Amino acid sequence: MLKLDGVDTYYGPIHILQKLELEVGSGELVCLLGGNASGKSTTLKTVLGIVKPRSGSVEFDGEDVTGRPTSYRIGKGMAIVPENRRLFAPMSVRENLEMGAYLHGGGTKEDWDRVYTLFPLLHERRAQLAGTLSGGEQQMVAMGRALMSRPKLLLMDEPSMGLAPILVEKNFEIIQQVHESGVAILVVEQNANVSLAIADRGYVLQTGRVVLSGPAAELLRHEDLRKAYLGR
Amino acid sequence: MLLAIWVFYAVYFSPTQGWTFFLQLTVDGIILGSIYALIALGYSMVYGILKLLNFAHGDVAMIGAFIGFGVLTLLGGPLSPAIPVVALVACMFVVAMLGSGFLGLAIERFAYRPLRDAPRIAPLISALGVAFFLENSVLLLFGANYRNYDGYDLISYNGIHLGGSAGVFVSYLGVMVITGALLLMVGLVALVRWTRFGKAMRAVSFDREAAAMMGIDPDRVIATTFFVGSALGGAAGVMFGLVYSQIYYLVGFLAGLKGFTAAVVGGIGSIPGAMLGGLLVGLVESWAKGYLNGNVADLVVFGILIGVMLIRPQGLLGTPALQKV
Repeated sequence: MLKLDGVDTYYGPIHILQKLELEVGSGELVCLLGGNASGKSTTLKTVLGIVKPRSGSVEFDGEDVTGRPTSYRIGKGMAIVPENRRLFAPMSVRENLEMGAYLHGGGTKEDWDRVYTLFPLLHERRAQLAGTLSGGEQQMVAMGRALMSRPKLLLMDEPSMGLAPILVEKNFEIIQQVHESGVAILVVEQNANVSLAIADRGYVLQTGRVVLSGPAAELLRHEDLRKAYLGR
Repeated sequence: MLLAIWVFYAVYFSPTQGWTFFLQLTVDGIILGSIYALIALGYSMVYGILKLLNFAHGDVAMIGAFIGFGVLTLLGGPLSPAIPVVALVACMFVVAMLGSGFLGLAIERFAYRPLRDAPRIAPLISALGVAFFLENSVLLLFGANYRNYDGYDLISYNGIHLGGSAGVFVSYLGVMVITGALLLMVGLVALVRWTRFGKAMRAVSFDREAAAMMGIDPDRVIATTFFVGSALGGAAGVMFGLVYSQIYYLVGFLAGLKGFTAAVVGGIGSIPGAMLGGLLVGLVESWAKGYLNGNVADLVVFGILIGVMLIRPQGLLGTPALQKV
Protein backbone atom coordinates (compact mmCIF):
# COMPACT_ATOMS: atom_id res chain seq x y z
CA MET A 1 0.00 0.00 0.00
CA LEU A 2 2.68 2.50 1.11
CA LYS A 3 6.42 2.15 0.65
CA LEU A 4 9.15 4.64 1.49
CA ASP A 5 12.43 3.66 -0.12
CA GLY A 6 15.70 5.32 0.94
CA VAL A 7 14.01 8.64 1.73
CA ASP A 8 16.21 11.62 2.63
CA THR A 9 14.37 14.77 3.68
CA TYR A 10 15.96 18.10 4.55
CA TYR A 11 14.69 21.31 6.14
CA GLY A 12 17.16 23.74 4.65
CA PRO A 13 20.58 22.38 5.54
CA ILE A 14 19.27 20.11 8.29
CA HIS A 15 19.10 16.46 7.39
CA ILE A 16 15.87 15.20 8.99
CA LEU A 17 15.05 11.79 7.53
CA GLN A 18 18.05 9.63 6.73
CA LYS A 19 17.64 6.75 4.29
CA LEU A 20 14.24 5.97 5.72
CA GLU A 21 12.71 2.63 4.79
CA LEU A 22 9.11 2.06 5.78
CA GLU A 23 6.27 -0.07 4.52
CA VAL A 24 2.57 -0.38 5.25
CA GLY A 25 0.83 -3.39 3.71
CA SER A 26 -2.76 -3.17 2.55
CA GLY A 27 -5.13 -3.43 5.49
CA GLU A 28 -2.24 -3.33 7.92
CA LEU A 29 -2.03 -1.23 11.10
CA VAL A 30 1.51 0.02 11.55
CA CYS A 31 2.76 2.32 14.26
CA LEU A 32 5.73 4.61 14.07
CA LEU A 33 7.21 5.38 17.47
CA GLY A 34 9.69 8.04 18.39
CA GLY A 35 10.42 10.83 20.81
CA ASN A 36 10.45 14.54 20.12
CA ALA A 37 12.38 15.60 17.03
CA SER A 38 12.82 12.04 15.88
CA GLY A 39 11.31 12.83 12.48
CA LYS A 40 7.84 11.32 12.98
CA SER A 41 5.87 14.30 11.72
CA THR A 42 8.32 14.87 8.89
CA THR A 43 7.77 11.26 7.81
CA LEU A 44 4.03 11.93 7.53
CA LYS A 45 4.62 15.19 5.70
CA THR A 46 6.86 13.37 3.26
CA VAL A 47 4.24 10.68 2.74
CA LEU A 48 1.65 13.39 2.02
CA GLY A 49 3.99 15.40 -0.20
CA ILE A 50 3.89 18.53 1.94
CA VAL A 51 7.67 18.27 2.09
CA LYS A 52 9.53 16.72 -0.81
CA PRO A 53 12.38 14.28 -0.19
CA ARG A 54 15.75 15.16 -1.70
CA SER A 55 16.27 11.55 -2.67
CA GLY A 56 14.44 8.25 -2.39
CA SER A 57 10.91 7.42 -3.44
CA VAL A 58 7.40 7.28 -2.04
CA GLU A 59 5.22 4.58 -3.52
CA PHE A 60 1.49 4.48 -2.87
CA ASP A 61 -1.01 1.93 -4.08
CA GLY A 62 1.36 0.57 -6.69
CA GLU A 63 2.39 3.93 -8.08
CA ASP A 64 5.45 6.13 -7.55
CA VAL A 65 3.95 9.37 -6.21
CA THR A 66 7.24 11.05 -5.20
CA GLY A 67 6.77 13.97 -7.57
CA ARG A 68 3.00 14.24 -7.16
CA PRO A 69 1.29 17.07 -5.25
CA THR A 70 -0.58 16.52 -2.00
CA SER A 71 -3.99 16.84 -3.63
CA TYR A 72 -3.16 13.99 -6.04
CA ARG A 73 -2.19 11.70 -3.17
CA ILE A 74 -5.34 12.57 -1.20
CA GLY A 75 -7.41 11.90 -4.31
CA LYS A 76 -5.71 8.55 -4.69
CA GLY A 77 -6.79 7.48 -1.22
CA MET A 78 -4.67 8.97 1.55
CA ALA A 79 -6.23 10.82 4.45
CA ILE A 80 -4.77 12.31 7.59
CA VAL A 81 -5.83 13.11 11.12
CA PRO A 82 -3.24 15.82 11.78
CA GLU A 83 -1.41 16.52 14.99
CA ASN A 84 -3.54 18.77 17.23
CA ARG A 85 -6.44 17.93 14.91
CA ARG A 86 -6.17 21.20 12.95
CA LEU A 87 -9.92 21.63 12.58
CA PHE A 88 -11.33 24.65 10.77
CA ALA A 89 -12.50 26.30 13.98
CA PRO A 90 -14.75 29.02 12.51
CA MET A 91 -16.60 26.50 10.32
CA SER A 92 -19.40 24.17 11.36
CA VAL A 93 -18.90 20.47 12.07
CA ARG A 94 -20.75 19.69 8.86
CA GLU A 95 -18.51 21.97 6.82
CA ASN A 96 -15.42 20.46 8.39
CA LEU A 97 -16.57 16.98 7.38
CA GLU A 98 -17.36 18.28 3.92
CA MET A 99 -13.78 19.53 3.56
CA GLY A 100 -12.64 15.96 4.16
CA ALA A 101 -14.58 14.92 1.09
CA TYR A 102 -13.44 17.96 -0.89
CA LEU A 103 -12.08 15.89 -3.76
CA HIS A 104 -15.23 13.77 -3.84
CA GLY A 105 -17.56 16.72 -4.31
CA GLY A 106 -18.54 17.00 -0.66
CA GLY A 107 -19.36 13.37 0.03
CA THR A 108 -22.08 10.96 -1.01
CA LYS A 109 -24.96 9.90 1.21
CA GLU A 110 -23.07 6.71 2.10
CA ASP A 111 -20.06 8.74 3.27
CA TRP A 112 -22.25 10.86 5.54
CA ASP A 113 -24.12 7.81 6.84
CA ARG A 114 -20.90 5.95 7.56
CA VAL A 115 -19.37 8.84 9.53
CA TYR A 116 -22.57 9.72 11.38
CA THR A 117 -23.10 6.05 12.33
CA LEU A 118 -19.58 5.85 13.71
CA PHE A 119 -19.98 9.18 15.53
CA PRO A 120 -23.68 9.83 16.22
CA LEU A 121 -22.68 12.85 18.31
CA LEU A 122 -21.36 14.62 15.23
CA HIS A 123 -24.78 14.42 13.64
CA GLU A 124 -26.26 16.06 16.73
CA ARG A 125 -23.61 18.80 16.66
CA ARG A 126 -23.45 19.25 12.90
CA ALA A 127 -24.42 22.93 12.94
CA GLN A 128 -22.08 23.85 15.79
CA LEU A 129 -18.78 25.61 15.11
CA ALA A 130 -15.91 23.15 15.37
CA GLY A 131 -13.86 25.51 17.54
CA THR A 132 -16.47 25.41 20.30
CA LEU A 133 -16.33 21.62 20.77
CA SER A 134 -14.48 19.82 23.57
CA GLY A 135 -11.16 18.09 22.88
CA GLY A 136 -12.72 14.64 22.60
CA GLU A 137 -15.44 15.88 20.26
CA GLN A 138 -12.87 17.65 18.13
CA GLN A 139 -10.96 14.40 17.83
CA MET A 140 -14.13 12.78 16.47
CA VAL A 141 -14.51 15.55 13.90
CA ALA A 142 -10.89 15.15 12.82
CA MET A 143 -11.37 11.39 12.49
CA GLY A 144 -14.70 11.77 10.70
CA ARG A 145 -13.23 14.36 8.38
CA ALA A 146 -10.47 11.96 7.36
CA LEU A 147 -12.95 9.11 6.84
CA MET A 148 -15.16 11.25 4.59
CA SER A 149 -12.65 10.79 1.79
CA ARG A 150 -13.01 6.97 1.79
CA PRO A 151 -9.30 6.46 2.49
CA LYS A 152 -7.32 3.35 1.65
CA LEU A 153 -4.55 4.58 3.93
CA LEU A 154 -5.27 6.59 7.04
CA LEU A 155 -2.40 8.56 8.56
CA MET A 156 -2.69 9.54 12.21
CA ASP A 157 -0.33 12.05 13.77
CA GLU A 158 -0.21 11.68 17.56
CA PRO A 159 -3.88 10.83 18.13
CA SER A 160 -3.37 10.52 21.89
CA MET A 161 -1.85 13.96 22.32
CA GLY A 162 -3.74 16.35 24.57
CA LEU A 163 -6.51 13.90 25.37
CA ALA A 164 -7.57 12.52 28.76
CA PRO A 165 -6.54 8.85 29.27
CA ILE A 166 -10.11 7.63 28.96
CA LEU A 167 -10.49 9.41 25.64
CA VAL A 168 -7.18 8.01 24.40
CA GLU A 169 -8.50 4.52 25.01
CA LYS A 170 -11.77 5.32 23.25
CA ASN A 171 -9.85 6.84 20.38
CA PHE A 172 -7.77 3.72 19.87
CA GLU A 173 -10.89 1.58 19.97
CA ILE A 174 -12.19 3.63 17.05
CA ILE A 175 -8.86 3.33 15.23
CA GLN A 176 -9.11 -0.43 15.62
CA GLN A 177 -12.68 -0.37 14.38
CA VAL A 178 -11.65 1.55 11.26
CA HIS A 179 -8.75 -0.86 10.80
CA GLU A 180 -11.12 -3.82 10.95
CA SER A 181 -13.18 -2.31 8.16
CA GLY A 182 -10.15 -2.86 5.92
CA VAL A 183 -8.37 0.50 5.96
CA ALA A 184 -4.58 0.49 6.23
CA ILE A 185 -3.42 2.77 9.04
CA LEU A 186 -0.12 4.39 9.90
CA VAL A 187 -0.16 5.75 13.45
CA VAL A 188 2.59 8.06 14.60
CA GLU A 189 2.82 8.06 18.38
CA GLN A 190 4.89 8.75 21.45
CA ASN A 191 2.58 6.57 23.48
CA ALA A 192 4.09 3.15 22.75
CA ASN A 193 1.83 1.16 25.04
CA VAL A 194 -1.56 1.91 23.55
CA SER A 195 -0.42 2.00 19.95
CA LEU A 196 1.56 -1.25 20.01
CA ALA A 197 -1.36 -2.96 21.71
CA ILE A 198 -3.49 -2.59 18.57
CA ALA A 199 -0.80 -2.47 15.86
CA ASP A 200 0.34 -5.32 13.62
CA ARG A 201 3.85 -4.00 13.22
CA GLY A 202 5.91 -1.11 14.51
CA TYR A 203 8.93 1.01 13.71
CA VAL A 204 11.03 3.00 16.15
CA LEU A 205 12.50 6.21 14.85
CA GLN A 206 15.45 8.04 16.35
CA THR A 207 16.93 11.23 14.86
CA GLY A 208 15.53 10.39 11.45
CA ARG A 209 16.59 6.74 11.31
CA VAL A 210 14.72 3.52 11.89
CA VAL A 211 16.52 1.92 14.80
CA LEU A 212 14.11 -0.90 15.47
CA SER A 213 11.27 -2.60 13.63
CA GLY A 214 9.23 -5.74 13.80
CA PRO A 215 5.88 -7.25 14.80
CA ALA A 216 4.14 -5.25 17.52
CA ALA A 217 4.10 -8.12 19.99
CA GLU A 218 7.85 -8.50 19.66
CA LEU A 219 8.50 -4.81 20.09
CA LEU A 220 6.39 -4.75 23.22
CA ARG A 221 8.75 -7.31 24.76
CA HIS A 222 11.89 -5.70 23.43
CA GLU A 223 14.34 -4.73 26.14
CA ASP A 224 15.58 -1.40 24.66
CA LEU A 225 12.14 -0.21 23.75
CA ARG A 226 10.78 -0.94 27.18
CA LYS A 227 13.58 1.05 28.72
CA ALA A 228 13.17 3.96 26.36
CA TYR A 229 9.39 4.23 26.09
CA LEU A 230 7.56 2.15 28.60
CA GLY A 231 9.54 3.10 31.65
CA ARG A 232 9.81 -0.46 32.93
CA MET B 1 -21.51 57.85 19.02
CA LEU B 2 -19.56 60.99 18.19
CA LEU B 3 -20.75 60.52 14.66
CA ALA B 4 -24.38 60.52 15.78
CA ILE B 5 -23.91 63.69 17.83
CA TRP B 6 -22.24 65.40 14.91
CA VAL B 7 -25.00 64.42 12.49
CA PHE B 8 -27.68 65.58 14.93
CA TYR B 9 -25.89 68.87 15.49
CA ALA B 10 -25.36 69.39 11.79
CA VAL B 11 -28.99 68.79 10.95
CA TYR B 12 -30.30 71.13 13.62
CA PHE B 13 -27.92 74.00 13.23
CA SER B 14 -27.21 73.72 9.54
CA PRO B 15 -27.46 77.08 7.85
CA THR B 16 -28.91 75.41 4.78
CA GLN B 17 -31.90 73.10 4.73
CA GLY B 18 -33.19 70.67 7.31
CA TRP B 19 -34.01 67.01 6.96
CA THR B 20 -34.45 66.95 3.19
CA PHE B 21 -30.88 68.12 2.75
CA PHE B 22 -29.68 65.55 5.24
CA LEU B 23 -31.58 62.74 3.53
CA GLN B 24 -30.28 63.83 0.13
CA LEU B 25 -26.71 63.65 1.46
CA THR B 26 -27.50 60.27 2.97
CA VAL B 27 -28.73 58.90 -0.34
CA ASP B 28 -25.63 60.20 -2.10
CA GLY B 29 -23.54 58.69 0.66
CA ILE B 30 -25.15 55.28 0.19
CA ILE B 31 -24.38 55.42 -3.54
CA LEU B 32 -20.76 56.31 -2.84
CA GLY B 33 -20.63 53.79 -0.01
CA SER B 34 -21.78 50.95 -2.29
CA ILE B 35 -18.78 51.60 -4.50
CA TYR B 36 -16.36 51.77 -1.58
CA ALA B 37 -17.84 48.60 -0.15
CA LEU B 38 -17.15 46.70 -3.39
CA ILE B 39 -13.54 47.89 -3.35
CA ALA B 40 -13.22 47.09 0.36
CA LEU B 41 -14.38 43.52 -0.27
CA GLY B 42 -11.42 42.92 -2.57
CA TYR B 43 -9.01 44.18 0.07
CA SER B 44 -10.64 42.14 2.78
CA MET B 45 -10.84 38.86 0.85
CA VAL B 46 -7.19 38.99 -0.13
CA TYR B 47 -6.16 40.00 3.37
CA GLY B 48 -8.26 37.18 4.82
CA ILE B 49 -6.52 34.53 2.77
CA LEU B 50 -2.94 35.85 2.47
CA LYS B 51 -2.66 38.43 5.28
CA LEU B 52 -1.49 40.74 2.51
CA LEU B 53 -2.59 44.35 2.03
CA ASN B 54 -2.95 44.41 -1.72
CA PHE B 55 -2.24 48.06 -2.36
CA ALA B 56 -2.57 47.52 -6.09
CA HIS B 57 -6.28 46.84 -5.65
CA GLY B 58 -7.42 50.44 -6.18
CA ASP B 59 -5.54 50.49 -9.46
CA VAL B 60 -7.14 47.23 -10.52
CA ALA B 61 -10.45 49.07 -10.06
CA MET B 62 -9.05 51.94 -12.14
CA ILE B 63 -8.18 49.48 -14.93
CA GLY B 64 -11.74 48.18 -14.67
CA ALA B 65 -12.99 51.74 -15.16
CA PHE B 66 -10.82 52.10 -18.28
CA ILE B 67 -11.99 48.76 -19.68
CA GLY B 68 -15.59 49.89 -19.15
CA PHE B 69 -14.75 53.14 -20.88
CA GLY B 70 -13.23 51.20 -23.78
CA VAL B 71 -16.41 49.15 -24.18
CA LEU B 72 -18.53 52.30 -24.01
CA THR B 73 -16.44 54.00 -26.70
CA LEU B 74 -16.36 50.94 -28.96
CA LEU B 75 -20.12 50.65 -28.79
CA GLY B 76 -20.83 54.22 -29.84
CA GLY B 77 -20.31 56.32 -26.70
CA PRO B 78 -22.87 57.62 -24.22
CA LEU B 79 -24.76 59.88 -26.65
CA SER B 80 -25.30 57.45 -29.49
CA PRO B 81 -25.04 53.90 -28.14
CA ALA B 82 -25.06 51.23 -30.84
CA ILE B 83 -27.05 48.79 -28.72
CA PRO B 84 -29.78 49.32 -26.12
CA VAL B 85 -28.49 51.09 -23.03
CA VAL B 86 -29.28 48.21 -20.68
CA ALA B 87 -27.28 45.80 -22.84
CA LEU B 88 -24.45 48.32 -23.17
CA VAL B 89 -24.14 48.88 -19.43
CA ALA B 90 -24.31 45.13 -18.83
CA CYS B 91 -21.52 44.65 -21.39
CA MET B 92 -19.39 47.30 -19.70
CA PHE B 93 -19.74 45.57 -16.35
CA VAL B 94 -19.15 42.04 -17.61
CA VAL B 95 -16.08 42.92 -19.69
CA ALA B 96 -14.61 45.15 -16.97
CA MET B 97 -15.13 42.49 -14.32
CA LEU B 98 -13.59 39.76 -16.45
CA GLY B 99 -10.68 42.00 -17.43
CA SER B 100 -9.98 43.07 -13.86
CA GLY B 101 -10.40 39.50 -12.67
CA PHE B 102 -7.78 38.18 -15.07
CA LEU B 103 -5.53 41.11 -14.21
CA GLY B 104 -5.85 40.11 -10.55
CA LEU B 105 -4.91 36.53 -11.46
CA ALA B 106 -1.82 37.75 -13.29
CA ILE B 107 -0.78 40.03 -10.43
CA GLU B 108 -1.09 37.20 -7.94
CA ARG B 109 0.81 34.79 -10.17
CA PHE B 110 3.73 37.04 -11.01
CA ALA B 111 3.99 39.57 -8.18
CA TYR B 112 2.83 37.74 -5.05
CA ARG B 113 3.11 33.99 -5.47
CA PRO B 114 6.91 34.01 -5.85
CA LEU B 115 7.03 35.89 -2.53
CA ARG B 116 4.60 33.58 -0.72
CA ASP B 117 7.19 32.40 1.81
CA ALA B 118 9.13 35.66 2.01
CA PRO B 119 8.83 38.00 5.02
CA ARG B 120 5.54 39.87 4.94
CA ILE B 121 7.12 43.19 4.05
CA ALA B 122 8.29 41.84 0.66
CA PRO B 123 4.87 41.24 -0.97
CA LEU B 124 3.71 44.57 0.48
CA ILE B 125 6.46 46.38 -1.39
CA SER B 126 5.70 44.26 -4.44
CA ALA B 127 2.07 45.45 -4.17
CA LEU B 128 3.14 49.09 -4.16
CA GLY B 129 5.32 48.33 -7.17
CA VAL B 130 2.36 46.81 -9.02
CA ALA B 131 0.26 49.89 -8.15
CA PHE B 132 2.83 52.23 -9.71
CA PHE B 133 3.26 49.88 -12.65
CA LEU B 134 -0.47 49.94 -13.41
CA GLU B 135 -0.82 53.70 -12.96
CA ASN B 136 2.12 54.48 -15.19
CA SER B 137 1.13 51.92 -17.81
CA VAL B 138 -2.23 53.65 -18.17
CA LEU B 139 -0.51 57.05 -18.21
CA LEU B 140 1.74 55.84 -21.01
CA LEU B 141 -1.05 54.23 -23.03
CA PHE B 142 -3.84 56.75 -22.57
CA GLY B 143 -2.14 59.92 -21.40
CA ALA B 144 -2.93 62.07 -18.38
CA ASN B 145 -6.20 63.45 -19.78
CA TYR B 146 -9.54 62.99 -18.13
CA ARG B 147 -11.82 60.72 -20.11
CA ASN B 148 -15.49 61.54 -20.30
CA TYR B 149 -17.56 58.68 -19.01
CA ASP B 150 -20.90 60.49 -19.00
CA GLY B 151 -22.91 57.99 -17.09
CA TYR B 152 -25.77 60.47 -16.71
CA ASP B 153 -26.01 60.98 -20.46
CA LEU B 154 -26.03 57.24 -20.87
CA ILE B 155 -28.50 56.22 -18.21
CA SER B 156 -30.51 59.49 -18.15
CA TYR B 157 -30.58 62.47 -15.83
CA ASN B 158 -33.98 61.46 -14.54
CA GLY B 159 -34.69 59.59 -11.43
CA ILE B 160 -37.09 59.15 -8.59
CA HIS B 161 -38.29 62.04 -6.43
CA LEU B 162 -39.11 60.82 -2.96
CA GLY B 163 -41.59 63.07 -1.20
CA GLY B 164 -42.56 65.42 -4.02
CA SER B 165 -40.45 67.52 -6.36
CA ALA B 166 -38.81 69.34 -3.45
CA GLY B 167 -37.95 66.03 -1.78
CA VAL B 168 -35.01 63.70 -2.07
CA PHE B 169 -33.81 62.90 -5.57
CA VAL B 170 -32.37 59.52 -6.49
CA SER B 171 -31.09 59.34 -10.05
CA TYR B 172 -31.66 56.17 -12.07
CA LEU B 173 -27.90 55.88 -12.16
CA GLY B 174 -27.85 55.89 -8.35
CA VAL B 175 -30.57 53.25 -8.26
CA MET B 176 -28.55 51.16 -10.69
CA VAL B 177 -25.33 51.49 -8.65
CA ILE B 178 -27.01 50.58 -5.36
CA THR B 179 -28.89 47.61 -6.83
CA GLY B 180 -25.84 46.41 -8.74
CA ALA B 181 -23.61 46.58 -5.68
CA LEU B 182 -26.24 44.89 -3.56
CA LEU B 183 -26.63 42.03 -6.05
CA LEU B 184 -22.87 41.51 -6.24
CA MET B 185 -22.59 41.47 -2.46
CA VAL B 186 -25.45 39.01 -2.03
CA GLY B 187 -23.82 36.87 -4.70
CA LEU B 188 -20.48 37.01 -2.91
CA VAL B 189 -21.96 36.08 0.45
CA ALA B 190 -23.77 33.14 -1.14
CA LEU B 191 -20.56 32.10 -2.90
CA VAL B 192 -18.52 32.17 0.30
CA ARG B 193 -21.15 30.55 2.45
CA TRP B 194 -22.53 27.78 0.31
CA THR B 195 -20.29 26.82 -2.57
CA ARG B 196 -17.43 24.35 -2.58
CA PHE B 197 -15.04 27.15 -3.49
CA GLY B 198 -16.32 29.40 -0.71
CA LYS B 199 -15.85 26.74 1.92
CA ALA B 200 -12.39 25.92 0.59
CA MET B 201 -11.59 29.64 0.71
CA ARG B 202 -12.57 29.85 4.36
CA ALA B 203 -10.60 26.69 5.13
CA VAL B 204 -7.47 28.03 3.40
CA SER B 205 -7.85 31.40 5.17
CA PHE B 206 -7.96 29.70 8.52
CA ASP B 207 -5.21 27.11 8.08
CA ARG B 208 -3.53 26.74 4.70
CA GLU B 209 -1.59 23.60 5.52
CA ALA B 210 -4.55 21.79 7.07
CA ALA B 211 -6.58 22.68 3.96
CA ALA B 212 -3.84 21.19 1.80
CA MET B 213 -4.06 18.03 3.90
CA MET B 214 -7.70 17.74 2.82
CA GLY B 215 -6.66 17.73 -0.81
CA ILE B 216 -7.51 21.39 -1.40
CA ASP B 217 -4.97 23.08 -3.68
CA PRO B 218 -4.28 26.37 -1.83
CA ASP B 219 -2.68 27.99 -4.89
CA ARG B 220 -5.86 27.54 -6.88
CA VAL B 221 -8.07 28.80 -4.09
CA ILE B 222 -5.87 31.86 -3.59
CA ALA B 223 -5.85 32.57 -7.33
CA THR B 224 -9.65 32.28 -7.50
CA THR B 225 -9.95 34.63 -4.53
CA PHE B 226 -7.88 37.20 -6.40
CA PHE B 227 -10.08 36.76 -9.45
CA VAL B 228 -13.29 37.31 -7.52
CA GLY B 229 -11.95 40.24 -5.48
CA SER B 230 -10.49 41.95 -8.53
CA ALA B 231 -13.69 41.44 -10.52
CA LEU B 232 -15.63 43.22 -7.75
CA GLY B 233 -13.02 45.99 -7.93
CA GLY B 234 -13.55 46.21 -11.70
CA ALA B 235 -17.30 46.59 -11.21
CA ALA B 236 -16.63 49.32 -8.64
CA GLY B 237 -14.36 51.06 -11.16
CA VAL B 238 -17.12 51.20 -13.76
CA MET B 239 -19.60 52.49 -11.18
CA PHE B 240 -17.10 55.12 -10.11
CA GLY B 241 -16.69 56.27 -13.71
CA LEU B 242 -20.45 56.41 -14.27
CA VAL B 243 -21.13 58.38 -11.09
CA TYR B 244 -18.25 60.87 -11.40
CA SER B 245 -18.59 61.12 -15.21
CA GLN B 246 -14.87 61.11 -15.73
CA ILE B 247 -11.81 58.99 -15.10
CA TYR B 248 -8.04 59.39 -15.35
CA TYR B 249 -5.05 57.26 -14.51
CA LEU B 250 -4.94 58.18 -10.80
CA VAL B 251 -8.61 57.61 -9.88
CA GLY B 252 -7.63 54.28 -8.38
CA PHE B 253 -5.38 55.87 -5.82
CA LEU B 254 -7.92 57.76 -3.74
CA ALA B 255 -10.76 55.33 -4.39
CA GLY B 256 -8.46 52.50 -3.37
CA LEU B 257 -7.42 54.32 -0.23
CA LYS B 258 -11.07 54.90 0.71
CA GLY B 259 -11.85 51.25 0.01
CA PHE B 260 -8.90 50.26 2.17
CA THR B 261 -10.13 52.59 4.93
CA ALA B 262 -13.56 51.00 4.67
CA ALA B 263 -12.08 47.50 4.95
CA VAL B 264 -9.99 48.42 8.00
CA VAL B 265 -12.77 50.35 9.74
CA GLY B 266 -15.17 47.44 9.21
CA GLY B 267 -12.59 44.89 10.32
CA ILE B 268 -10.19 43.65 7.68
CA GLY B 269 -10.76 40.03 6.71
CA SER B 270 -14.47 40.29 7.50
CA ILE B 271 -16.89 40.37 4.58
CA PRO B 272 -19.84 42.00 6.42
CA GLY B 273 -17.26 44.36 7.94
CA ALA B 274 -16.14 45.50 4.49
CA MET B 275 -19.76 46.21 3.51
CA LEU B 276 -20.47 48.14 6.71
CA GLY B 277 -17.16 50.01 6.47
CA GLY B 278 -17.84 50.99 2.86
CA LEU B 279 -21.26 52.34 3.71
CA LEU B 280 -19.88 54.26 6.67
CA VAL B 281 -17.05 55.85 4.70
CA GLY B 282 -19.48 56.83 1.92
CA LEU B 283 -21.95 58.38 4.35
CA VAL B 284 -19.31 60.27 6.31
CA GLU B 285 -17.75 61.59 3.13
CA SER B 286 -21.10 62.75 1.80
CA TRP B 287 -22.19 64.40 5.07
CA ALA B 288 -18.83 66.10 5.45
CA LYS B 289 -19.07 67.43 1.90
CA GLY B 290 -22.53 68.78 2.59
CA TYR B 291 -22.09 70.27 6.02
CA LEU B 292 -18.43 71.22 6.07
CA ASN B 293 -16.92 71.45 2.65
CA GLY B 294 -15.50 69.26 -0.10
CA ASN B 295 -11.90 69.87 0.87
CA VAL B 296 -12.13 68.55 4.39
CA ALA B 297 -14.25 65.50 3.53
CA ASP B 298 -11.19 63.29 3.05
CA LEU B 299 -9.71 64.66 6.26
CA VAL B 300 -12.80 63.56 8.16
CA VAL B 301 -12.80 60.12 6.49
CA PHE B 302 -9.18 59.40 7.33
CA GLY B 303 -9.62 60.96 10.76
CA ILE B 304 -12.29 58.35 11.42
CA LEU B 305 -9.86 55.65 10.28
CA ILE B 306 -7.36 56.80 12.90
CA GLY B 307 -10.08 57.12 15.53
CA VAL B 308 -11.38 53.59 14.96
CA MET B 309 -7.85 52.20 14.99
CA LEU B 310 -7.20 53.81 18.36
CA ILE B 311 -10.43 52.67 19.99
CA ARG B 312 -11.02 49.34 18.25
CA PRO B 313 -7.91 48.18 16.38
CA GLN B 314 -9.61 45.06 15.03
CA GLY B 315 -12.27 47.19 13.29
CA LEU B 316 -16.00 47.32 13.95
CA LEU B 317 -16.85 43.73 12.99
CA GLY B 318 -13.39 42.20 13.15
CA THR B 319 -12.27 39.66 15.70
CA PRO B 320 -9.16 40.48 17.73
CA ALA B 321 -6.09 38.74 16.38
CA LEU B 322 -5.27 35.70 18.47
CA GLN B 323 -1.76 34.43 18.47
CA LYS B 324 -1.87 30.84 17.24
CA VAL B 325 0.20 28.59 19.50
